[in-house]
Amino acid sequence: MLNSYLLLSASLFCIGLYGALSKKNAVIVLLSIELMLNAANVNIIAFSKYGINPSLTGHVFSLFSMTVAAAEVAVGIAILIMLYRNRGISDVTKMDVLKK
Amino acid sequence: MDFTISTYAWIIPLFPFVSFLILLVLGRQMKGIASTISIFAMLLATVSALLLLGETLKNEAQSYTSSVFNWLDIGDFSISFGYEVNNVNVLMLVIVTVVSLLVNVFSKGYMADDERMTVFYSYISLFTFSMLMLVISDNILQLYIFWELVGLCSFLLIGFWYQKKEAKAAAKKAFIVTRIGDIGLFIAVILLFWYMPEHMLSFTAIHNAFETNAHGFSDGMVTLVALLIFVGAVGKSGQFPLHTWLPDAMEGPTPISALIHAATMVAAGVFLVAKTYDIFLASETALLIVGTVGAFTALFAALIAIAQNDIKRILAYSTVSQLGYMMLALGLGTMAAYSAAMLHLFTHAFFKALLFLGAGSIIYALHHEQNILKMGGIGKSMKVTTWTFAIGTLALAGIFPLSGFWSKDAILAQAYEHQPVFFAAALIGVFLTAFYMSRLFFLVFTGDNRSGHTPKESPWVMTLPLIILAVLAVCAGWVAIPGIGTFNEWLVGETMEEKIHWSILIISNVVALLGIGLGYKMFRNKTASSLHEQSGNGLQTVLARKFYIDELYDLIVVKPVRGLGAFLQLWDEFIVGGLVKGSITTTRQIGKMGMRLQSGQMQVYALISVIGMLILLLIFAGRRLI
Repeated sequence: MLNSYLLLSASLFCIGLYGALSKKNAVIVLLSIELMLNAANVNIIAFSKYGINPSLTGHVFSLFSMTVAAAEVAVGIAILIMLYRNRGISDVTKMDVLKK
Repeated sequence: MDFTISTYAWIIPLFPFVSFLILLVLGRQMKGIASTISIFAMLLATVSALLLLGETLKNEAQSYTSSVFNWLDIGDFSISFGYEVNNVNVLMLVIVTVVSLLVNVFSKGYMADDERMTVFYSYISLFTFSMLMLVISDNILQLYIFWELVGLCSFLLIGFWYQKKEAKAAAKKAFIVTRIGDIGLFIAVILLFWYMPEHMLSFTAIHNAFETNAHGFSDGMVTLVALLIFVGAVGKSGQFPLHTWLPDAMEGPTPISALIHAATMVAAGVFLVAKTYDIFLASETALLIVGTVGAFTALFAALIAIAQNDIKRILAYSTVSQLGYMMLALGLGTMAAYSAAMLHLFTHAFFKALLFLGAGSIIYALHHEQNILKMGGIGKSMKVTTWTFAIGTLALAGIFPLSGFWSKDAILAQAYEHQPVFFAAALIGVFLTAFYMSRLFFLVFTGDNRSGHTPKESPWVMTLPLIILAVLAVCAGWVAIPGIGTFNEWLVGETMEEKIHWSILIISNVVALLGIGLGYKMFRNKTASSLHEQSGNGLQTVLARKFYIDELYDLIVVKPVRGLGAFLQLWDEFIVGGLVKGSITTTRQIGKMGMRLQSGQMQVYALISVIGMLILLLIFAGRRLI
């Protein structure tokens, strides 16, 4: 049973990683990052249910993680909106001020 | 305790040193009083030196040595600065101070027009200070320090007119060539330090160790040390084969040639050998080499002097030749010969300074013309210079009863007793000396005036030193009339039996007169036209080119060194420089690659971290598998 969950989580993570690395739109990149986070959550829950030491800790932990992820997305979206307002871009390849 | 001047002998060098400091501080502002300060300081030094001489003549007290302060303490060993007063040192003190005083006075006239007169006088003061300290040093290391200092002053003064290319080259040459000798001396000092009992370096310790044979040297080592010291002396005293710098040193102002390159500094080599004579006495081989080099140089330089046309160069070669006589005498290895050498040093200082200052007076009158073929007929208008120069010439030639006669005769007599070969060389040297000096004298003072200037007698500041030196050149030899023997006794401190060789007295005089006669016959009353007729034959060219020694050195030393220098420069430029440039380029390329990685694209950074993580994972997984 554990294997199929892990497979699901791994494929979700890879899709997320691919999206985060290759998509140009900043919102999609943010979505992909969320996908990766959720893949991790799936993993955590799978282990808490079918792992060597099943307990409730994993469930609680995943709730925490989802809360943090929601906060993070809120901040991320806020930054993206400010960027779009000030510079008119939503393309991550153009966000290269770190270079300068 | 009685008051003795000997205990205060260290004050004498301080006079010129103070004068040097004052002139250094004053800079160029006080042009007018620079000479006064320097002359006054020298006057004080001379008076004290003469008082000291008076005291040593009166007392039988032999020597006084004192360490003033410890300079370096290394473990139990300490190197001290001190001074030594004995009769040889006092003799040198008197020579240096008297000649330096007269040269100071003479320079007041000769250098009157020079912009940098203050600098000139400060150099002279520094030189006199160093020379006096050299003379009264009580250990060989202190002597070495001042030995280098006089070398430095010599360099500064030869290159005094540094605007002249020849003067610059000559200064460098003098410095480098004497440096070769100095290295020899330096090694000798180190060897002495190494092998002397308790590392004693003072002259007294050396004297005692070698007199009682209580030194730690093997026979070969004694010879080596003696020869290395002699190498130093060869460099300083312009002996063959390091003589080439001395004639070139004549590019300096003439009073300097008189002071440094005739009377005092070049005699330092002879003085050094005399000071460490006990080491030489312990080695037959070293003595023989000293004598041979001296005899050869005496002849060799006299031969060259015959064919030179520059008045100062003739005198320079004459100096080299006379220093050769002193070395010859030292090489004989007896105390009588030793005192003969010192006597010749003493008389030579006066008549050679006289000749140089006389030449300076002529050069001054002829607006810096130095070629004797372009002089002539000066005798009529410059009476004082002519007469004093004549006295100097006769003294150098060794005519009775002038000073050069007595000292040269003492050397000849000693050579006759101990080394007939040296005697023959010395006798030929006497003839050659008389010949080239008469050539110089008759070409300059008789015949037509070929200079194109009307010479005028120099001012009294220049003629007065000439007259004083002329008196000294006549009288200085009378302290050692053979048979009386007071000089030897005074100098060496022991009575010695002296045979009077009447035949040698007469022969040397006849030979000298022959030389003068030949010169008189060949060069008297030359007219401008008759000089051009004598074109050089083969021998004359060889002599005029100084036996091609300079060319030889150029070929075997200067060229290879230059070549090596060029090669090393190429090596530096391409190999070493290439390595440096290569590493610079590599670093820069790596930097550029790193710069390209910094694209500012977050996704690229993330990709790189993912790849890095994958590599790490692979490594871990791989480790598990293995």
